[in-house]
Amino acid sequence: MAHIDANGHAPQEHHPALQHHFHTMAQQLEASVLGMWVFLVTEVMFFGGLFMAYILYRNLYPDAWLAGSHELNEVLGGANTVVLIVSSLTMALAVRAAQVGSRIGQVVNLILTLIFGTTFLVIKYFEYAAKFEHHLVPGAHFDPTRDPAQQLYFSLYFMMTGIHALHMVVGIGILLVMLRKAWKGHFSAEYYAPVEVSGLYWHFVDIVWIFLFPLLYLIGKHH
Amino acid sequence: MNQAVKEPNSYLDAPHGVASWLLTKDHKRIALLYLISITVFFVIGALFAASIRVELLTPEGDLFSADLYNKVFTLHGVVMIFFFLIPSIPATLGNFLVPIMCGAKDLAFPRINLLSWYLYLIGATLTLAAVALGGVDTGWTFYTPYSSMASNTNVTIAALGVFIAGFSSILTGFNFIVTIHRMRAPGLTWFRMPLFLWANYATSLVMILGTPVVAITILLVGAERALGFAIFDPRMGGDPVLFQHLFWFYSHPAVYIMILPGMGVISELVAAVSRKQIFGYSFVAYSSLAIAIIGFLVWGHHMFVSSQSIYAGLVFSIITMIVAVPSAVKTFNWTATLYKGSITWDSPTYWVIGFMGLFLIGGLTGLFLGSMGLDVHLHDTYFVVAHFHYIMVGGGVMAFLGGIHFWWPKMTGRMYPEVAGKISAVLVFVGFNLTFFPQFVLGYLGMPRRYHAYPEEFQILNVLSTSGAAVLGTGYLLILFYLVASLFKPRNAPANPWGATGLEWEIPSPPITLNFETDPIVTEDAYNYAGRARKAGEK
Repeated sequence: MAHIDANGHAPQEHHPALQHHFHTMAQQLEASVLGMWVFLVTEVMFFGGLFMAYILYRNLYPDAWLAGSHELNEVLGGANTVVLIVSSLTMALAVRAAQVGSRIGQVVNLILTLIFGTTFLVIKYFEYAAKFEHHLVPGAHFDPTRDPAQQLYFSLYFMMTGIHALHMVVGIGILLVMLRKAWKGHFSAEYYAPVEVSGLYWHFVDIVWIFLFPLLYLIGKHH
Repeated sequence: MNQAVKEPNSYLDAPHGVASWLLTKDHKRIALLYLISITVFFVIGALFAASIRVELLTPEGDLFSADLYNKVFTLHGVVMIFFFLIPSIPATLGNFLVPIMCGAKDLAFPRINLLSWYLYLIGATLTLAAVALGGVDTGWTFYTPYSSMASNTNVTIAALGVFIAGFSSILTGFNFIVTIHRMRAPGLTWFRMPLFLWANYATSLVMILGTPVVAITILLVGAERALGFAIFDPRMGGDPVLFQHLFWFYSHPAVYIMILPGMGVISELVAAVSRKQIFGYSFVAYSSLAIAIIGFLVWGHHMFVSSQSIYAGLVFSIITMIVAVPSAVKTFNWTATLYKGSITWDSPTYWVIGFMGLFLIGGLTGLFLGSMGLDVHLHDTYFVVAHFHYIMVGGGVMAFLGGIHFWWPKMTGRMYPEVAGKISAVLVFVGFNLTFFPQFVLGYLGMPRRYHAYPEEFQILNVLSTSGAAVLGTGYLLILFYLVASLFKPRNAPANPWGATGLEWEIPSPPITLNFETDPIVTEDAYNYAGRARKAGEK
């Protein structure tokens, strides 16, 4: 669907990546970027339901929230926060490299972003494993000596961080595709929309974590 | 007709073969795929409805056991709401017309549009699997803790089906918003847009803001059932009413997903059949946005008797009265458009008039239910059932069918017999009223919904209702018959059979794959009927 040239139009309107239903590359870029923002709005609403449940139950059961939060490892959580923020920087640099047409800049920064994203997931794996060992996973094996309301806390902990981690996995998949295309030199100053919208998605997933970290890990830890 | 010249290029002929349809990125073909799918689900949902009406012919529960009846009304609701009403107009007429009305060659994201149809199919298949495995009995609302802890039916599979279908709806809305923002033809300013575009834009806002919330809510119920998590579980201190809040935060706005596009259809039709510029164009346009926005603030009126505080109830009640205002604005403006219009009595006119009558009754009875005191009496009775069906079937389905009758020549290139179109509109109107008006009375007298048996004094009204359903069903079958039959005749539709305004009527019926030979430029307001010939060739 990309190649509809030889119609007698001006050659600059016939970038191979221009889809048939758009008039110009600029229109196509605007549509992609707006599309990603609209998609991110749906993501905000999706996580919003979880935050709503969090607000309600934290107000109902502040003690269970405090006790639950003390079981989380804020060093690992903090390290992950740093990892994600740095990954957002390298992602932004990758987008910039695409805009100025630097192939090596895109490849290096995308690989760095992928490394940071994977690091996040590895750290998350060790955190989850510890929760299983300590009988903090809600359900039949939850530590029976604990207040049942802590099951609400840990259910939300696993739903929120689990869905966030799933978004990270999807993001890594998208970045792998971008890396392959960047390697082959698909992107240029005229055509960088896929890298740009992937970056928007990546930053969004980062921001969700910026909210999750203090809300879940740092309750009662201000000194 | 100059078929020989036009036809080989039309989107229906372009490439042939099953794969060319199943892998199409053409918004018009995807609209037809959706039209076929939702028609299948409408028939399935209607069969469940017919079973309900047959059971209720007699006061005793003689056809179904109570448990089976629970499943039948649940599946009627799930199928009709999530697999017919939500996608009905946006995914069919919207998919077909939004790009054309914008003057564009396609939606902004054609592949995502196709993905939306496949997600719909996956969700629908899962729901059918839940039926085949023995059904689900929670009611279409999936209320906790019954759905999460008590019900031992296939809640997880059905909920997963609804979850996935939700994403198909999100993707449709997402595509419309980007298309309307970024792909309008030169000269097509916001206030020159046909009102159908405004209505679909407002609908899309509700789709992208509301649907994700019900998605996460259903996911939480699934996590409770499948993983043993505690979210709404009262034994752990969880709050089942939180589920109702999250559910209705979507599901109230969802009724606007179902009715707003219908209002858009009626705005187009009412101008075309009265041969007039629509009265108060900008008010009708803004009222769509107002409904979409205010509609998000009224969900608590479903929960007046669910332990919600009386002050919250009061606020929700007042906002419910306010959301009736933009609907009234539309109704008044449509009436004012008809007033002194030069009305043509083609079959779309019958659907417009039918819609206005039924929507009026449905809307006004909504105010009864929005009043807190009265709602305590009417809650969970047949009054609610009747109100809901007057809006969703009387409003939504009448508008859908009106739109299908109006744009059928454009979509398929075929005319249907005008007389049949008029007879079916009358049959549906009469049958609908006979089915549902008695239910207002039943509800007011205190007959609760969702029971398979009832006291003997309610039988006469129930028999009336069931006989009305038979008339209604006959009307629907007649439509199905003559529309399908028209497909086997040669293409005979002119480009503009109604003499209507709008970009879609300036291209051949059926349109070419890229919609326009040359990119259109819009130079006038919508509905410029002044001095326009009624039929092609007239002057």
